[in-house]
Amino acid sequence: MSDRRLAIGRDPLDVTELIGLVSGDEPGAHGAVVTFVGTVRGENQGRRVIRLEYEAYEPLAMRAFAIICDEVSARWPSARVAFHHRTGSLALGEASVVIAAASPHRADAFAACRYVIERLKQIAPVWKREYFEGGDVWIEGATADPSDESAREEAYRRSCA
Amino acid sequence: MRITIRLFGRLHDLAGASELEREVPMTATVASVWQMLAAEFPTVAPYARSVSAAVNADFVKTTTTLAEGDEVAFLPPVSGGM
Repeated sequence: MSDRRLAIGRDPLDVTELIGLVSGDEPGAHGAVVTFVGTVRGENQGRRVIRLEYEAYEPLAMRAFAIICDEVSARWPSARVAFHHRTGSLALGEASVVIAAASPHRADAFAACRYVIERLKQIAPVWKREYFEGGDVWIEGATADPSDESAREEAYRRSCA
Repeated sequence: MRITIRLFGRLHDLAGASELEREVPMTATVASVWQMLAAEFPTVAPYARSVSAAVNADFVKTTTTLAEGDEVAFLPPVSGGM
């Protein structure tokens, strides 16, 4: 995909840009736009977080983003999504990920937006290093496997809960 | 043949490098390269069950065979999103 709908990099994120990217050229095509902004939290598992450092394997991340986009199109054909992930050092409160989802009706927009964040957390090759008061630690979550059907179903179940 | 190995997250710290060049047999697979890596850097070995892999920036199974010049990436469990 040559447009800006999917991106990863060091630049600060702009939710307004993402809303524009899903809104399309034709006014009134969508009745709902849902956005999600993931931000750096100051507390994690009892630790006082100072900042986070995000590392990514960018070409593979773009591949993972395209897979997620295709999955959204298959589940919610009328929805249009865009999402950007940030890398590098982020201060408390800064946005690490921004998602926008548009569709004719709100249910699909909410579901598609939630699905994107759940799948990003499962398969995007991005790693978070937490710097907290007293040390630092790599956070490790899910084994990245886009073909894991049970993970995909879990993301879908959460999206429609 | 010669390949490039890319390491991310804590695997990079444990091996002390984010990129390695290695000579491997023509029959090498992703799994056999992982075995070689774990022998060279024993502290990465516990990741055998949770690591995933990519070749030339596409997700692959560990049974995938490699070709001259391939870039093999080993991915510890991911933690992006938020």
